[in-house]
Amino acid sequence: MLNTFTVSKDRTCKNNLHMDKIDRTIINTLQEGFPICSSPYKKVAEGLRISEQELLDRLKVLLESGILSRFGPMYHAEHMGGALTLAAVKAPEQNYDNIADMINSFPEVAHNYAREHALNMWFVLATETPEQIQPIIQTIENKTGLKVYNMPKIQEYFVGLKLEA
Amino acid sequence: MIDPIDLQLIVAIQEGLPIVARPYKIIAGQLDLEEQEIIERLSRLKQQGLIKRLGVIVKHRRLGYQSNAMVVFDMPDKLVKQKGEQISQLAFINLCYLRPRRGELWPYNLFCMIHGKSRELVLQQLTQLIDSCALNDYPYDILFSTRCFKQRGAIYSIDK
Repeated sequence: MLNTFTVSKDRTCKNNLHMDKIDRTIINTLQEGFPICSSPYKKVAEGLRISEQELLDRLKVLLESGILSRFGPMYHAEHMGGALTLAAVKAPEQNYDNIADMINSFPEVAHNYAREHALNMWFVLATETPEQIQPIIQTIENKTGLKVYNMPKIQEYFVGLKLEA
Repeated sequence: MIDPIDLQLIVAIQEGLPIVARPYKIIAGQLDLEEQEIIERLSRLKQQGLIKRLGVIVKHRRLGYQSNAMVVFDMPDKLVKQKGEQISQLAFINLCYLRPRRGELWPYNLFCMIHGKSRELVLQQLTQLIDSCALNDYPYDILFSTRCFKQRGAIYSIDK
């Protein structure tokens, strides 16, 4: 049985740090993919015209500094049997931070952003199975006293989250 | 159902690949398998789409992408596919989805994301989006994010 949950620790997104040209090239190249062969770093390093050791060292620094959140696989939640949805609430300003804490306390909440609109808090729910989405929405409504606007994906036209470093 | 050994592999590498010369050999050692088998299984998982991507996952704000905007349109149902595909061609569009409308407060059904380095730049890109995809006639809104409370991918575990 496969479980899926998200780490409940809140993470504040911080500002950017110094990187040189080689770091940027490494990030841009490795956003495109990583070889599956016995010496993958060596293969990437050759393409970048740096040594394998330099690539390993720089990657470690980029990970430690937090510019990279991870180096590894990005799984397809639905293919793994799980479900995702985008949801929003209209949180009263005077109680905004409390509501954010309440919503973030659910391990199923993967992302949560304040946005400028009457619907001012937008979050992504990730559950182990599609059947678990509705109950968690109900629980969030009960806990916050707010209506949750659930907007699951009907069709995907494009996903290509690659950002030029 | 996912093959039990694939599951172990999925769980073993989810936090990241080892940053050493032979990463797949290290994983093979942890799972008591051969390096070649890890390579074959990962290649297959990638081909099947369970692994969407293998590589670096960046923190967009730390890369200087401070402005994250959700741009939404109320697009007639019969046009939404065509417009969604057209919008997806633009280089600065990161995601594009069809989602349900939710009454008067939320009349929008076409969602796209722009991650930009400044608000000004994102607003210019929005103008470019509207012009190049002929979206002038449709109600839209742009929702910049003002704070990020939480940002984390799913974590997988296996029931013992």
